[in-house]
Amino acid sequence: LKIVVCIKQVPDSAAKITAADGEVTWGDAPLVMNPWDEYAVEAALQQKDERDADVTVLSVGAEAAKEALKTALAMGCGEAILVSDPALAGADSQAVAQVLAAAIRKIGGVDAAFFGRQAIDGDMGVTAAQTARYLGWPLLGLVAAIPQWDNVVRVERTMEEGRQVVEADLPVVMSIVKEIGEARYPSFINIRKANKATIPTWSLSDLGIEAPQAQVSWPEVENPPTQSVQTEILSGSPQEIAAQLVAKLMAEKVL
Amino acid sequence: MSHKVLVYLDQNAGAALPASWEALGLGVNVAQQLGGTAAALAVGPGAEDLAAQAFQYGAAAAFFATDAGLADYRPETYATVLTQVAQQEAVALVLLPTTSRGRELAAMTAVDLKTGVMPDVTGLEVADGQIVATRPVYSGKVIAKSVCAALPAVVTSRARAFPKPSPDAGSRGTPTAVTVAGLEAAPKTRVLEMIPAEGGVSLSDANVIISGGRGLANNPGLTPPSGLDDKQAEIWRAQEGFKLLERLANVLGGAVGASRAAVDAEYIPYAHQVGQTGKVVSPNLYVACGISGAIQHQAGMRSSKVIVAINKDPDAPIFKLARFGIVDDVWAILPPLIDAFQERLKA
Repeated sequence: LKIVVCIKQVPDSAAKITAADGEVTWGDAPLVMNPWDEYAVEAALQQKDERDADVTVLSVGAEAAKEALKTALAMGCGEAILVSDPALAGADSQAVAQVLAAAIRKIGGVDAAFFGRQAIDGDMGVTAAQTARYLGWPLLGLVAAIPQWDNVVRVERTMEEGRQVVEADLPVVMSIVKEIGEARYPSFINIRKANKATIPTWSLSDLGIEAPQAQVSWPEVENPPTQSVQTEILSGSPQEIAAQLVAKLMAEKVL
Repeated sequence: MSHKVLVYLDQNAGAALPASWEALGLGVNVAQQLGGTAAALAVGPGAEDLAAQAFQYGAAAAFFATDAGLADYRPETYATVLTQVAQQEAVALVLLPTTSRGRELAAMTAVDLKTGVMPDVTGLEVADGQIVATRPVYSGKVIAKSVCAALPAVVTSRARAFPKPSPDAGSRGTPTAVTVAGLEAAPKTRVLEMIPAEGGVSLSDANVIISGGRGLANNPGLTPPSGLDDKQAEIWRAQEGFKLLERLANVLGGAVGASRAAVDAEYIPYAHQVGQTGKVVSPNLYVACGISGAIQHQAGMRSSKVIVAINKDPDAPIFKLARFGIVDDVWAILPPLIDAFQERLKA
């Protein structure tokens, strides 16, 4: 059983993000593995524990993204690959999905590709579905549990109305959600291994593809205006506060 | 006039999700800016009735597909239907609501149509003939104006970011059946069953959300049943607190949310979590009870219309977002507040 986990490196969730002159910057905030992707790594490592799955972690990004790949190795993934190419500057979700599909084909013999639900920078949440469409593999989106995996895989997908139980032929693409279980911490021995690991970098020519055409761009970015909320502190006895709040909320017409 | 916009109506068991009608209202508006009309598409069981309803919400045409192969929702087949109708109508915009299904269908349809996708927009307009989407990115810390070079643009609209149009019972029409070509003969996925979620209002669609945090566990006035260890007693206290939140939510027809801290401490299931690693919500009223308001929590509720914060700690960051602040114990304030709302709403 061979699983590829696709991860992205993003600015830490607590980073101060500045938008100016069409550029988004985050100062010296640390770059980390996208927090949602940690659940995808965890899901793959659960299959490693239970079924001895072979787990490879894959990222498209700058050379610095090797740090995020090392985090995945330290959590227990067996191998890591970075796809990096100057021609990918300005790539949109579909361009990245085509690159990931080409890399997954090059890795070869892959039974499943795992993704997080979305990245906390672009907040797109479409890469798993798009990679599945390019590969021609079925998509199992927002997977909360994988109760069965032999010649077919059975999962529970989260939807607004509940959980849809779906069985799929392999190979498949899955996006994984938090209900799969909290991501494990790196072990000391794996951290040492990860620090020594040599991570190969593949270019687009290694994948045998041209840079895919990006269609979507963000020509304008801005920080939202700081909300000038005038906070009104209500005081008095609990009964008085309750009466004031009800009156004020009725006046605001939010009910 | 030709159809400029195709709106996909996301549904379950024949009932449209509320965000579907919001998307249709938006689609009609953008179609007018483009000098055309909007058409709607419904797929799966109940699609014909649903398509018929679309006329009341401003659709100029409505399509439905109910082939046997579409009995269960599967993104592969549903995206194929959406792609086919979008091509046949040669629209400039394919619009879906941001739901679990809408987002993945948009993603796949954009691949099929060799165009781009702009998911979860909070604004959509036509400027100089081009469709411009407003998208919160970096968890809402940045607002991007996004464009797609190819046509049609594929867009999903965030729930509650656009008004739901009022249905006009006098607008009627006859929906058109779509015959779908190229459905897989042997599907690679098989839907086995649906395990329904616990009842209650969905957080994304809720008009009112009453949320609780770590502070709910601190009520010293409660005596836990004997035999509980410290952690169990803490959870028991917090759950007593969440019962109060639930009563207030019931009175106001709202839903119960929670901070990550409360979910991690096992006070309440993850499905209730609001924030960066939970749900992003924008209700009319958000009441934060015993929530300090970490930046990751703010990312999930900042766009609420009116925020009320109840917290014992006057320095809690949540007060910076709050229109109304109450520096007191949650369990002291909520019982009289529930009574006062009950009185007022009865009147």
